[in-house]
Amino acid sequence: MANAGTKNRPLSPHLQIWKWGPHMFVSILHRVTGDGMAFAGLGVLLWWLGALAGGPASYATFQWAMTTPIGYIVLVGISWAFFSHMSSGLRHFVMDAGAGYELNTNKTWSIVCPILGVVLTAAFWALLLLR
Amino acid sequence: MGNGTSIGRVRGLGSAKGGVVHHWLLQRFTAIGNLLTVLFLLVSLVLLPDYSYVTVVEWISRPVPATIMALLVVTTFWHARLGLQVLVEDYVHEHANKFACIAALNLAAFAGAAFGVFSIVRLALGAHA
Repeated sequence: MANAGTKNRPLSPHLQIWKWGPHMFVSILHRVTGDGMAFAGLGVLLWWLGALAGGPASYATFQWAMTTPIGYIVLVGISWAFFSHMSSGLRHFVMDAGAGYELNTNKTWSIVCPILGVVLTAAFWALLLLR
Repeated sequence: MGNGTSIGRVRGLGSAKGGVVHHWLLQRFTAIGNLLTVLFLLVSLVLLPDYSYVTVVEWISRPVPATIMALLVVTTFWHARLGLQVLVEDYVHEHANKFACIAALNLAAFAGAAFGVFSIVRLALGAHA
């Protein structure tokens, strides 16, 4: 029933017809990092908390898994997703307030946000590994 | 749905079928919650001397870290539930499939948050070896 009324309605043009810009990239990145964290990030969070609650043996298994090369890739990936999503999320807060829609301003922050995500990730791991 | 103005005629006809303002605001409130609690976790991870079982359990068992970590679980799962709902609404078009996806999402979000909070409470109340 829900489909019957919508099948013959015109579709809006999709990705392939637009000229690509950084605002499209940062929008897609926000969704990918957010939904990625919803699965991988929250999964690792629950594993960590559950392993701690389970006792030293289950925590040792978690520690072993997270210090393998794949474990480090997952942890760095989650932290990168967080800092990227945080940067573009803060951009969303500014735009929610009605600011930052001028073409040049919008383009500048669309470029800055993903870069800031990578820089913050590098800074976080530098702090972790050098402390 | 109104029938006077142009915007009134189309409100509630988007893929979410209403409830949009409530969803939008909750997404922002939980985003602020995520920002505060996850930054607390990251700063704590940097400040912890090591990640041995004893050190981490001693940290998370204390009242303030236990409370903030429980809040972190609630706010991140809530935010993720809202975000994944939008993903489903955008890409799952068939009515029954969409219903099934949203139902599964709600079950998973509540189950995940319950497991996380339960684990923290168990540690905070000292039920560890």
